[in-house]
Amino acid sequence: MAAVAAKHDELKSLGVQVLSASTDSRFIHKMWQEQELSKMVRGGVPFPMLSDAGGKIGAVYGVYDSAAGVDIRGRFIIDPDGVVRAMEVLTPEVGRNVSELIRQVKAFQHVVATGEVTPSGWQPGKPTLEPGPDLVGQVWAKWKTEMAFD
Amino acid sequence: MAKPKDGCVQAAAGPIAAAPAGGAKPAGESKPAGGETMTAQVGKPAPDFEASAFVDGGFRNVKLSDYHGQWVVLCFYPGDFTFV
Repeated sequence: MAAVAAKHDELKSLGVQVLSASTDSRFIHKMWQEQELSKMVRGGVPFPMLSDAGGKIGAVYGVYDSAAGVDIRGRFIIDPDGVVRAMEVLTPEVGRNVSELIRQVKAFQHVVATGEVTPSGWQPGKPTLEPGPDLVGQVWAKWKTEMAFD
Repeated sequence: MAKPKDGCVQAAAGPIAAAPAGGAKPAGESKPAGGETMTAQVGKPAPDFEASAFVDGGFRNVKLSDYHGQWVVLCFYPGDFTFV
């Protein structure tokens, strides 16, 4: 969560509201903020820290591990209409990649604003594709696999 | 400003069931606590919920639908004071 907090300014500039959630109580969130997070990130975590005690919310989002009694790592991008655009769920050992989260937010915002589609590995400023009959069978001419990685 | 009071227990609604679309679902299936019938899926409305929260140094309840009209990133994680 500290990594998300460290990139919060960029997420905020994209108009993104971050919400974090675990099965801990709001009191534990306060202590974690004061005892640890505020030492990792200046000012601490700047977004609401939600308590999903009992895991009912996590269950609805498919991230509640009932055997362990915790919500595993799951990240959801929700658009301004309240529609889930992306989800990424990891077992707890591997942390998320906040840069990839930001890339996806930018890609979804671009797609919503323009109606274009973004190919694999797209970054802002790189070519997009305009879906339509003319593009069928012609993606090879417009887009090369190397473009996914540079 | 008076110091906000906070009890030990704060009720929050948890998952909030959407109104059944077109009444197609039997009434029993839309109960919020079940968790089986509402599931987050890409391209579908994010299931609404209310949770108690630590916000700006204080405590209040937060609903997902409070943020309608904004992009939201919702992050679940296994627990405070964990290592990753």
